Amino acid sequence: MTDAIIKTENLRFAYDAESRNVLDGIDLEIARGSFVAILGHNGSGKSTLAKTFNGILLPTEGRVLVNGSDTADPEKLIDVRRTVGMVFQNPDNQIVASVVEDDVAFAPENLGVAPAEIRARVDNALRRVGMYDFRLHAPHLLSGGQKQRVAIAGVLAMEPECIVMDEPTAMLDPIGRREVLEAVRSLRRGRGMTVVLITHHMEECVYADRLIVMSEGKIAMDGTPKEVFPRVEELLSLGLAAPETVALLHSLNARGFALPLDALSVNECADVIAKALGRREGSSLPGGKIQ
Amino acid sequence: MPILRAEHLTYIYSQGTPFQKTAVNDISLEIEAGELLGVIGHTGSGKSTFIQHLNGLLKPSAGTVYFEGRDIHADKALLRQLRFQVGLVFQYPEYQLFEETVFADIAFGPRNMGLDEAEVRERVSEAAAFVGLDGKIFDTSPLEHSGGQKRRIALAGVIAMRPRLLILDEPTAGLDPAGRESILGNILDYRDRSGAAVLLVSHSMDDVARLADRLVVLNRGRLALSGTPAEVFDHAAELREMGLTVPAATEIALALKERGVALPESVYTTKYLAKLLCALREGEGPC
Repeated sequence: MTDAIIKTENLRFAYDAESRNVLDGIDLEIARGSFVAILGHNGSGKSTLAKTFNGILLPTEGRVLVNGSDTADPEKLIDVRRTVGMVFQNPDNQIVASVVEDDVAFAPENLGVAPAEIRARVDNALRRVGMYDFRLHAPHLLSGGQKQRVAIAGVLAMEPECIVMDEPTAMLDPIGRREVLEAVRSLRRGRGMTVVLITHHMEECVYADRLIVMSEGKIAMDGTPKEVFPRVEELLSLGLAAPETVALLHSLNARGFALPLDALSVNECADVIAKALGRREGSSLPGGKIQ
Repeated sequence: MPILRAEHLTYIYSQGTPFQKTAVNDISLEIEAGELLGVIGHTGSGKSTFIQHLNGLLKPSAGTVYFEGRDIHADKALLRQLRFQVGLVFQYPEYQLFEETVFADIAFGPRNMGLDEAEVRERVSEAAAFVGLDGKIFDTSPLEHSGGQKRRIALAGVIAMRPRLLILDEPTAGLDPAGRESILGNILDYRDRSGAAVLLVSHSMDDVARLADRLVVLNRGRLALSGTPAEVFDHAAELREMGLTVPAATEIALALKERGVALPESVYTTKYLAKLLCALREGEGPC
């Protein structure tokens, strides 16, 4: 049996008695120290699922266990929230203070951490997301990617074992998105923090250990990114799409190539195509402008 | 004659204070009827400030905006008409839904135009059909629908004014791939059937590469690059310096060239790249 930090058992959830189940029987174990991406179309239940992981939402049926503690047990709720920290979509809704380092210190202050310890935690958290040099800046003057990294630092300062991020890059531009994803990936280095990333950007899932695809409140696909993304038709039928690399390989295969579909990164993808073509150097095609 | 022309547009925030900032710096461009113009630029590049000039929400510090040849700030009556002719769909427009019913929300613009109820009804039905909304939901509250559906209701509210220029700021942000395709399809459909011009602000290089006839790139308030998608995406290194990326197909094509695969310049869609690669396959029939 795996060492699960979060475990759900027959988890069902409905917002009220008359409406349908947004989560419809989820049995899931998140392994300690893993990086799990959860993908799904709008309304698939992925954000709702994330909110059950630290007791923001409680199951209508079934249960959610965090380190073995039931999130529905009021006595355990504080432990659950210390174990699993959440980062949301809109950074503007998560920042409370007028100086970056005060904002990051907000949660540990509330937890009653000693001042010297807070200082150390804040500096450390800001360094881990690359925002230490901005510690005395005003958050509202930062870019979206910077603000979102401050929000992540605010969660890190609580020293949770697991961080759950609900579409943290949805409102950011390409560079902001890259900054946040780099920060997310660096969280895994060294300490083995568990990371759960909710997204509908396929490219963001490429580096995950495990990819779960949600649809209609159920788990539709579950495996490593290299196992899930080659199932192109299935992804399309769930309102999703394969990353552009896999989409290209897939369309080449439809035209007679026989390429492996699990070359997810740009370099892997270029490698398998170059190999298949035997690198015909020197030949050239007219540069077409109509694509 | 272009439908809209901006000449040496400059906008300075908080002029004369220590916080003075030039958000838009001497931008000139033209938009033709029926054209889809893509606008890209990182956050803070001046995109949002720029587009707010095009329907007169902001008055330039210097320079002029001409709609069908007339200075939009020349008289007040013209400016009011312009607001109906240049439809602006903001980011996350679903947060601006406020009426009690879907019908009333879509009808808000046409009613403001002073149209009679029969005409309003016709326009609401037409706009709803454009974005794929079923008339059955007209009497429901706009707030009870899903995110993607709300986005369609908000878009219908602007289309119902039958704008000659439709400006959209990140219309697909936060939508899943199927939702993105469907909204972009609605926008192209409106352009094709009405002959209106469309200005699309987007962070998705893949989307603008596929859809735009022409692209402009803003950087620090200035117009840094403009041209067809092919011309713009040939400047991969410059775009990266401006905090932008190139389409995935362009990245793959560059990586293939490094591996000795002979490809032309200007590859920016997956479809075109697949076609080129097929043609390069040795000893096999055409594909």
